[in-house]
Amino acid sequence: MNFLKGSLAWIEERTGAMAFVAPLMFHHVPRNAKWWYVFGSATLMFFTIQIVTGVCLATVYAPSAAQAWQSLNYIDTEVPMGWMLRALHGWSSNAMVVMMAIHMLQVFLHASYKYPRELNWITGVFLLLTTLALAFTGQVMRWDQDAYWGLGIGAAIADRIPVFGDQARALLLGGPIIGGETLNRFFALHVFVLPGAAIALVGLHMVLIIKNGISEMPKPGAVVVPSTYRKEFEERMHKDGVPFVPDAAQRDMVFCGVCLIGLVALAAFYGPFGPGGIPDPTLINTNPRPDYPFMWLFGAVSLLPPASETAIMLIAPAIVVLVLVAVPFLSNSGERAPSKRPAMVLLALVTVTAIAALTWEGTTSPWSPVMDGWSSLPTPSEFTKGRTPLEMQGAVVFQFAQCRNCHSLDGRGGKRGPALDDIATRLSYDQLVRQVQQGGGNMPAYGKNLDSAQTAAVVGFLSTLHPFNEPDAMTPGAQLPLPSGAATIR
Amino acid sequence: MSESKEKSCGCGGCGCGSAPAAASKSEQRRGFMFKVGAGLLGVGGLLTALPIVSYLIGPATKRFSNIWVNLGATSSFPAGQTRFATFLNPIRQPTDGDSAKTACWVRCIEAGQFQVFAINCAHLGCPVRWFEQSKLFMCPCHGGVYYQDGSRAAGPPPRGLFEYAWKVEGDALLIDAGRLPGLEESV
Repeated sequence: MNFLKGSLAWIEERTGAMAFVAPLMFHHVPRNAKWWYVFGSATLMFFTIQIVTGVCLATVYAPSAAQAWQSLNYIDTEVPMGWMLRALHGWSSNAMVVMMAIHMLQVFLHASYKYPRELNWITGVFLLLTTLALAFTGQVMRWDQDAYWGLGIGAAIADRIPVFGDQARALLLGGPIIGGETLNRFFALHVFVLPGAAIALVGLHMVLIIKNGISEMPKPGAVVVPSTYRKEFEERMHKDGVPFVPDAAQRDMVFCGVCLIGLVALAAFYGPFGPGGIPDPTLINTNPRPDYPFMWLFGAVSLLPPASETAIMLIAPAIVVLVLVAVPFLSNSGERAPSKRPAMVLLALVTVTAIAALTWEGTTSPWSPVMDGWSSLPTPSEFTKGRTPLEMQGAVVFQFAQCRNCHSLDGRGGKRGPALDDIATRLSYDQLVRQVQQGGGNMPAYGKNLDSAQTAAVVGFLSTLHPFNEPDAMTPGAQLPLPSGAATIR
Repeated sequence: MSESKEKSCGCGGCGCGSAPAAASKSEQRRGFMFKVGAGLLGVGGLLTALPIVSYLIGPATKRFSNIWVNLGATSSFPAGQTRFATFLNPIRQPTDGDSAKTACWVRCIEAGQFQVFAINCAHLGCPVRWFEQSKLFMCPCHGGVYYQDGSRAAGPPPRGLFEYAWKVEGDALLIDAGRLPGLEESV
């Protein structure tokens, strides 16, 4: 024991390490800082796991467009515990994004970004951007069909930048096509530039936490007055604060421990993400989708009105970043309690709801045609019962002309266009002919692609699609059904 | 150290430039040396940065021109039909692997008359598929639809499909290909 103490003193005298670390460990934090404050630590833990597993994966992964996909399969199937390392890296990446989002939400709801913690918030915003960039470049590392066509989408968006679109795209792709230099460019970002930036930002974030202290739980009436805040806060911490280790750290430890066990369980049970199909762009029977952190963006891009989507795609991200950075400058004093900031609570609620809804929309993507709907889905039998041969023929034309790719019957088929189960109650025979031949309302015109016999058949079929006991649609201006008394007079 | 104590600027000899006019000779020399050092570092830094920056923005400054690629005999594209064709990108790099493979749709309007469409949807670049029965191209991403002549039929694309320039040499159909098609160019 004495020897150990002696050695430590020897090291301390030469390094001053304890003198440096002690304030980090034992600085006073608010007594009431309880479970709300664990999410930042969990984010940092997942980031540490990303670094460790990432370095391990880099020892086998081949960052070359010709071999990346094969090397991932090699890691999954041949390298001992390779699949588990990839699973940990993938699940921990998602967990890091989720924890960071919860952490940010908590900081926003408690207005911890107010004086003097404006820069804590801003470094946090840049950490968020860096993390999302790591997630996107990580998806590219998988170098499968989703990665290839995801890059295609990135290239198409860069291409829409006015004047410099061509150059921006070339910088993104590292050349005139999506290829070897694209993967290597993203590899350099993913393993050197972005982790370096993240580590530097985490360091800055930590320095600011030590300098400004951890904010107290908000209390209605306990307003932030910049001119007196720091002095009063330091007095309160001195009098009533508790040392970070062990009082606050123990909660972080419990939460991080549970997270870690959960992570290992998820990784072991569900395994690694992909790689999906081989990145051969001539295999076009693919249905590219982004990873979950970007599903809401995929949804948003799909739902934009085409006329303004270029402007929105290029300008909206800049505005979002600007607003996030501006948050602490727009209001850096006054009340912190959520109950006194109903508008901000509402804003947070709306944002979370919007992202959740867009993620759901992106996952189900009702705007995408079901590419094999026409060939793989049966015609529901109740829609064929009692039909004439012409109408049966129409049901065949309906399948073969790929109508089912965009229109559903009995809930199955594309959701791009309206469901047609009761179309005959909404469109009359003449309107159906017009709609099929001329299209419109985001439907292609089939006039040139169906001959008149096919059109007659398919419209014949469609005009039988109405629920029992509901009348057919009438052409506006056509003779209205007469009241029952009038019929006998006529 | 005694020198800095003598000074009255209050900055503790930090070299901030507010030294009194009666600074000693060695201090003047130090100020000069600092300027020379800053200048040399600046020039050296610029000289180093120049190749680094040019290297990094190289992809945007280097010009790539398309090259005529042989898609095969014209007889493999029957009149009135639209067929799938693939080729190796002529401006591929050694490390491209499978990603150098490229696909396109070849429509033979009548003997000797062709339209060659890029596989990429004009909306966000996803690969469009041809449906012979309805004579439509459909995109799996956001539902862009095109007619058989490549013109936009429905969905979010801002224009029709990108077309490659083509020519027939002898019996072979050639297209002018290479760069990933994009809105800024006609391809």
